[in-house]
Amino acid sequence: MLDSSFIVHPSSFWSRRRILQSTSSGFGYLAFAALAQQAAARDAANPLAPKAPHFPAKAKRVIFLCMEGAPSHVDTFDHKPKLTADDGKSYSGGRGRLFGGKLLGSPWKFTKHGQSGLAISELFPEVAKHADKLCVLNGMHTDIPNHPQAFLQMHCGLFQFPRPSLGSWVLYGLGTANENLPGFVTISPPNNNGGPANYDSNFLPAIYQGTKIGGGFGGAYGGGSAGVSNIKNPRQSTKDQREQLDFVQSLNKNALAKTGENPVVDGLIESYELAFRMQAELPKTLDVSGESKKTLESYGITGGGGDGGRFGGGALGGRRGGGGTDGFGRQCLMARRLVEAGVRFVEITKGGWDQHRNLKEDLANNCESVDKPIAGLLQDLDQRGLLKDTLVVWGGEFGRTPYAQGTDGRDHNAKGYTMWMAGGGVKGGHAHGRTDDYGHEAVDGKVHIHDWHATMLHLLGLDHEKLTYRHAGRDFRLTDVKGNVVKEIVA
Amino acid sequence: MTHAIFMHGNTGYVTNDQEIRFGAVIFRPVRVYSRIGFAHVRVIAMRSRALSFATLSAILVAIPFLGAQEPGKKNPFKGPPKGPFPLFKKAPPKVEPVAAKDFNDKPTAEQVKFFEAKIRPVLVEQCQKCHAADSEKIRANLTLDTRDGLRAGGDTGPAIVPGNPAKSLLIDVMTTKDDDRMMPPKKKLPDSVIEDFKTWITMGAPDPRDGAAKAAVKHEIDIEKGKQFWAFQKPKATDAKKSVDDFLAEARTAKGLTTVAPADPVTLVRRLYLDLIGLPPTAEEVEAFVNDKSPDAYAKVVDKLLASPHFGERWGRHWLDVARYGESTGKAVNFNYPHAWRYRDYVIAAFNADKPFDLFVKEQLAGDLLPAKDEKDKAENIVATGFLAIGTKNVNERSRLQFELDLVDEQIDAFSQAFLGITAACARCHDHKFDPIPMKDYYALAGIFRSTETCYGTIRAVQGQHPSALITLPNDGTDDGLKPLSTAELARLEKQLTDLKQELADLQKKSVQDSFLSGNGVRLRIQIPMLESRINLYEKDGTPKRLAMGTRDRFRTMNSPVYQRGEPDKPGEIVSRGFPQVMTDRQPTIRGGSGRLELANWVASKDNPLTARVYVNRVWLHLFGRGIVSTPDNFGTTGTAPSNQALLDHLATRFMADGWSTKTLIKQLVSTDAYKLATTFDAKLHEKDPDNALLWRMTPGRLDAEVIRDSLLAVSGNLDRTPLKGSPAHANGEGYAIPRGRQLFGGPPADESRRSVYLTQIRDNPPESLALFDAADPNLIVGDRTNTTVPSQALFLMNNPFVIRQAEAVGSKLVAKLGSDSQRVREAYRIVYGRTPTAKEQEKAEEFVRKYGAKHTRRDTWTAFAQALFGSAEFLMRN
Repeated sequence: MLDSSFIVHPSSFWSRRRILQSTSSGFGYLAFAALAQQAAARDAANPLAPKAPHFPAKAKRVIFLCMEGAPSHVDTFDHKPKLTADDGKSYSGGRGRLFGGKLLGSPWKFTKHGQSGLAISELFPEVAKHADKLCVLNGMHTDIPNHPQAFLQMHCGLFQFPRPSLGSWVLYGLGTANENLPGFVTISPPNNNGGPANYDSNFLPAIYQGTKIGGGFGGAYGGGSAGVSNIKNPRQSTKDQREQLDFVQSLNKNALAKTGENPVVDGLIESYELAFRMQAELPKTLDVSGESKKTLESYGITGGGGDGGRFGGGALGGRRGGGGTDGFGRQCLMARRLVEAGVRFVEITKGGWDQHRNLKEDLANNCESVDKPIAGLLQDLDQRGLLKDTLVVWGGEFGRTPYAQGTDGRDHNAKGYTMWMAGGGVKGGHAHGRTDDYGHEAVDGKVHIHDWHATMLHLLGLDHEKLTYRHAGRDFRLTDVKGNVVKEIVA
Repeated sequence: MTHAIFMHGNTGYVTNDQEIRFGAVIFRPVRVYSRIGFAHVRVIAMRSRALSFATLSAILVAIPFLGAQEPGKKNPFKGPPKGPFPLFKKAPPKVEPVAAKDFNDKPTAEQVKFFEAKIRPVLVEQCQKCHAADSEKIRANLTLDTRDGLRAGGDTGPAIVPGNPAKSLLIDVMTTKDDDRMMPPKKKLPDSVIEDFKTWITMGAPDPRDGAAKAAVKHEIDIEKGKQFWAFQKPKATDAKKSVDDFLAEARTAKGLTTVAPADPVTLVRRLYLDLIGLPPTAEEVEAFVNDKSPDAYAKVVDKLLASPHFGERWGRHWLDVARYGESTGKAVNFNYPHAWRYRDYVIAAFNADKPFDLFVKEQLAGDLLPAKDEKDKAENIVATGFLAIGTKNVNERSRLQFELDLVDEQIDAFSQAFLGITAACARCHDHKFDPIPMKDYYALAGIFRSTETCYGTIRAVQGQHPSALITLPNDGTDDGLKPLSTAELARLEKQLTDLKQELADLQKKSVQDSFLSGNGVRLRIQIPMLESRINLYEKDGTPKRLAMGTRDRFRTMNSPVYQRGEPDKPGEIVSRGFPQVMTDRQPTIRGGSGRLELANWVASKDNPLTARVYVNRVWLHLFGRGIVSTPDNFGTTGTAPSNQALLDHLATRFMADGWSTKTLIKQLVSTDAYKLATTFDAKLHEKDPDNALLWRMTPGRLDAEVIRDSLLAVSGNLDRTPLKGSPAHANGEGYAIPRGRQLFGGPPADESRRSVYLTQIRDNPPESLALFDAADPNLIVGDRTNTTVPSQALFLMNNPFVIRQAEAVGSKLVAKLGSDSQRVREAYRIVYGRTPTAKEQEKAEEFVRKYGAKHTRRDTWTAFAQALFGSAEFLMRN
């Protein structure tokens, strides 16, 4: 009997079958039945083959819009009229008094949007048009008001040490729908705040680690370079390389014939074919030049910098730089193209949200550079019918204080902040939880980062208590021993 | 009024709104972040009416050192030492003691009604999902569905103090602001309900319910029962006359298995080279073996390889996997370990010298306490203790006590898994869930390590808060690879430092705040300590200092309390230092000192049931591809049972009898018939033993990451076979770790053409060529690497410039030296595979070359051909 994975995963079946046929001389001694059985066993053993979720899923894939540096919630998605009213008044909560204790009302106006009447500030005019798609979590809180720890915790669940990343867990739990592409992609991730640990598979098998595109350090000797590591041969044409690869595969088939069945050699043969296809498909998937002018415009891609073949940090927008929608627009569009092509988890990053100073100017610039791209992404996903089962998540590692730091800045605040989700089975036009009158502490509908993880897994059809991996003698989870699914936001 | 501001370089977690009074001084933690790249600063402000600025500053400088209060020691600050950093904790609210009341066992009808109406429904609806005899999983051993259960309480004690709601845990968890403790989880009960519970407790908690509490299954560790487990009993020598092959044959016969045929000599000698020295044999070496018809031909090759200096590089690397060798602290803020490489060299030398394994263990745990015959020996012993110092550290941790406990935990984790194959660190927060190791045993070990000073270096700088001393080694004139600085150069650096300091002073004069918060201020506060640490690498005359990481006993030793749930602010019973009870019948008498020497002697003793077994199993794993115990770092109950315990015990006892000699053990194993089997697949045998646990053939597998890279360099002729002196991380000093390939002072990495064991191991920044092929992650103790075959490896082999450079070297050689294509094919096979091609292979190769060569230069063609050979299974696999 054929393994059920054939049924749910036709593409891998066919590609494998092609290989089996082309290597049939090496398998000559096997009867067809045995061959099919072994192929099935290999398929079952393929760690990336799509797996059934624990229960029917609302979302099939995730796009995480990671705002590294912690954006201010009280200026964006958490409307605090009392904070505005009390602007300039002294405040003794937190360490407010030490900065002169002045509350800083948001310099930006909030208006109600959509049928739901969700309050969103004027910093996000384009995203606000999609208010009825957003599920805003106003009661977020996390443990550590400090970037490296909080950033790591947002990705791996713990702040003390690296663990497998959220994307790795998802890929481990669900496999991926397109074997010609990596299942977990992260675009221009930061090198600091834990760096690669944030997309690493840690103790999960290496195959679940995130594939980095752009970002990172370059340099002649550096491992990290612009674009995807080793995706293009510096000298050979694809045709030449195919010719060379055919020769490699003939050597490998010979080896197989010599020792008989050998999963490692099978794996090697397959990995070359996969790599060859990936090397063709990944740049193609990332190449946005074929998109219509209208689409590019909707993402705010204005044509400044970056061509299809190069995905350096520069082309994707400086992580720290404000202004200009082109860089993040490209990231958003690539994210859409990747999920459309079957990638399970895509993370894209916009850094530079750490407004201790220059709040008015820098926050406005930052928001401007992501607003249109995000709106474009939501609209595009929606039009393509992808939004209903694509979970889009927005947020940073924590929020910011309602009181001022200096006269034009806000400090870190882990006690209360906002993230939002859209699509993927969450309620649209919905606000869950709230902070106190000033936006300092979450008081209602509190969602800890563990809960946030549990909820995302839940939407993907995974029970966060059952998604475990045995390591060093015990079963590990993304949510450690914590986490509650926020059922209230599930549509 | 005096104000003082102190930069603490601390961005750790601060509970924020407290104020600490200490006489006339008021402390307030102020965190002001300023950010340039990865840097943050924190500032502590304080003011005083009575003290001078100098005094204030002195107190502030002392703050970091006041963090760790040993339990019982008087705290200069009022209130019990509640937190890891008592300065910044609020004193707990005072609760007026109320005379304890008895439970109300004679409730009035009114009271029963109150219970039925107000209390019982809440218990049923809100609590009993997790706290009832029939709960799927009873949490915290607390049952609330019966009177007895409710009154008995759970893991954290009685739920109710009758008559005193304020002292009742039940009320505490209902009202706490701590989300982790709050009950019911996530949804605070309405205040009115909580008031009802208070009223009810004040009544004496009248409870008309009946029925004994169903005893929750409490997890009690039975040490004596635990000792029955196979791994905790000493290995028993069986028939000494039996050979390894006899044991295997017996096991196979019992399962009706036979073996495949032996491997051909070409395959066998290649296997031997790859396994023993991690480099492929040259064609000449293969031919020499094949043509040697003497009966001891095989033994001669084995002896030659065991004597090769490359043996230590190969087998030392296996140990470095287990020792989680890395050259930086890792974790969120990565600081350099410029002296870690000494430990790397110590390990390599130990394997080359065939240091008896028991001595190897002792030196790593307590080398500093062992007698030494001379200065060189002494230095070696100290460097060995680097094992305990090179682990990951969170140098950005705010609390000194937390940092200390984490460091000790890391040491316990590393030593217990590496030497004993048990996961003792699981018992930090609770009794080990699976193995008979209670928390008490963990803290008995912790006392030993807490009485030890770990010297790992790092500097005090922004985000670096826990620098430690390093150990100065006698300067015996050996070359550490660090060039001496000329006095002019040293003077230049010192001038640079003075200038930076002046710049900071000027900034400070202008605005104290700016000197902390402005971009410039932060830059200076990073540059200054980093430059200082670089200068500190040298003596005044410019010769490099000889510094090492390692351990030494503390002046004051201590026994550690058991920290409830592993939390530093919950010290409990103090336990004497000692060893896990289940593994020993005799606890040590520690006379002076930390107890580390006693620990080392116990671990390295023949009486220890695990040490020898765990080690021989590791060696077996590296030669046969799978351990007799297939979970080499976990011999506990959650590990797998040995596939052949008699064999394991035979090897362990014989290993000890042979003086713990690694080389003797390896020779014994590679001389077996089992080792010499071919990797041929056999469907029938495979069906009976799919994991090849009983070795009906040799298990084929992909080469280790280092072996692939080293083989590429070896066949291209680019390999520099001399050991690397020091490490590129050395010259960078003790500051923030510099990402690989991004050296502060220019030039290609000095390690590029060396063997992979010498590549810099900055944590979380591994060399790509190794990381892609499942090299050990230096953050983890890795006894058994994963062995994946993934497309990113194929992309590396197809496209990476390093690979292409090696192929080009081979291609150029072929073109330059030889006249005809057939000669070149023949030579390419000899270079890359160490053998000549068959006629069919020759023909196919020439066909490829002809076709490819029609469109390309000769050099490019032969480069492509060589690269193809690199990408083949024959090159990448060990058969």
